[in-house]
Amino acid sequence: MGVWRLSILTTALFMIFLLRAGPAAAADKHGIPEFSVPPPPFSEGIFPCSDCHADMETNPERRQLEEHIEIVKMFDHASDQRWCLDCHNPNDRDKLRLASGKLITFEESYYLCGQCHGTIFRDWKAGVHGKRTGEWNGKKIYRLCVHCHNPHSPRFKPLKPLPPPKRPEEIRNSHLTNEQIPSNPLEALLKESDEKR
Amino acid sequence: MKKDKHISRRSFLKGTAAGAATLAIPVGNTDASVWEAFFQQHFQEMDADEKARVIERLEQEYKKRYNREFSIKTTDAMPGVLFGYGLDLSRCIGCRRCVYACVRENNQSRDPQIQWITVLRFEKGEKFVSNLEEADKYYYPEKVPEEEYFYMPVQCQQCENPPCVKVCPSRATWKEPDGIVVIDYNWCIGCRFCMAACPYGARHFNLKTPRIREEEINPETHYLGNRPRYQGVVEKCTFCVQRTRSNPGRYPACVEICPVGARKFGNLLDPDSEIRYCIENKRVFRLKEDLNTSPKFYYFFAT
Ligand code: SF4
Ligand code: SF4
Repeated sequence: MGVWRLSILTTALFMIFLLRAGPAAAADKHGIPEFSVPPPPFSEGIFPCSDCHADMETNPERRQLEEHIEIVKMFDHASDQRWCLDCHNPNDRDKLRLASGKLITFEESYYLCGQCHGTIFRDWKAGVHGKRTGEWNGKKIYRLCVHCHNPHSPRFKPLKPLPPPKRPEEIRNSHLTNEQIPSNPLEALLKESDEKR
Repeated sequence: MKKDKHISRRSFLKGTAAGAATLAIPVGNTDASVWEAFFQQHFQEMDADEKARVIERLEQEYKKRYNREFSIKTTDAMPGVLFGYGLDLSRCIGCRRCVYACVRENNQSRDPQIQWITVLRFEKGEKFVSNLEEADKYYYPEKVPEEEYFYMPVQCQQCENPPCVKVCPSRATWKEPDGIVVIDYNWCIGCRFCMAACPYGARHFNLKTPRIREEEINPETHYLGNRPRYQGVVEKCTFCVQRTRSNPGRYPACVEICPVGARKFGNLLDPDSEIRYCIENKRVFRLKEDLNTSPKFYYFFAT
């Protein structure tokens, strides 16, 4: 009887231990937590790059491109120091390349950004730099750096603010029907972004 | 008052004081639910049965009022959880998405307008922490952020030592074990002492019956959180108790909407939480620290 109880107790304790160990084991060796991110926000029809680049010869000479004009025009991400092939892998254009020569996919682009932006990378891994959604004590949805920062022109783009609060003198004694009640301006905004998607 | 059949405790008490309690109670046309509302216990003293009865009554009352099915939770605080909030002033761009996400989640009145979050704008370099009242909350440029300004959203700071709770004569507001300061809208008598006591302007008063379009109502509610309010009661941010108090629990609505990720939320007692990381690695400050209110809302500059 006593032995039975003991073994049940140890099993229970062991299971509790397993449960508790769960979250810690979820982070990989770079301290990247297990997270889900939406896929990278490619411009339409641009990926895979190999669709065009597979048959092209690589010209490693730093120069003003005649292709990708939009990107060339906006490019202001340390543009004096760098150009395309410092991040895009010359031989297989579907991959990015770290300074070490290691190839990574576009889904892991944070390693590339983290090469220079180390402190921000650290905050991002901790869930502090950047937007998180989901559960504060459960599954979180991360964003890639490129979801908020265009990698070729990374400064966050200004937005139109939502309207200011009403001033006290604007508040009247109104008797509105359901349809006359002012709608939350966020509703229209959310609908708009839903339609874009 | 005719419209939603809610008789506020205030008018009831007024009647009692005048020695004419019966006048304040509508005898003839009254269904039992109105009587029940009068004699409702204090929320913290109710047992499970009483809570269930109150919830049922309220769900029916709201259904009549808004033509929608409501769910009203009474979930208790979770053991080992003390909620804390972080806001990164180096990131906030003053876009007010959080203000309206909060309105949407928490059924704030659209007419007259009530908003639990106020975004203040300060000129860069201005000495700001001491004079919140003089900051501009009506700014409305084409685009934000503006070069020469920075922005500071203010909402309930969920003080550990809340002056609003101390002054309430009817004990309608109190601090829960997870640190959220809550209000029982059925016990609030509308005296507004708490509004005067709050140094952050976080509490708001329903001068009239709050109005919201039926189709914009959020029917997923908590008794101590976003359930619809009455005329003559005070309301404020509850850290989205209806979302956060659960395992797993969702982030507050303002955290989820913020396009720049300036808002951080979590358990102060969990050393691995995001909010603990902020406190331990960033330079944080709390608003009007000298008043000894000890807020659980931390502003920081992440750089
Ligand atoms: S949504 Fe975020 S960036 Fe916009 S005002 Fe609120 S805290 Fe600031
Ligand atoms: S935590 Fe919830 S209730 Fe509080 S300000 Fe944010 S959205 Fe509003």
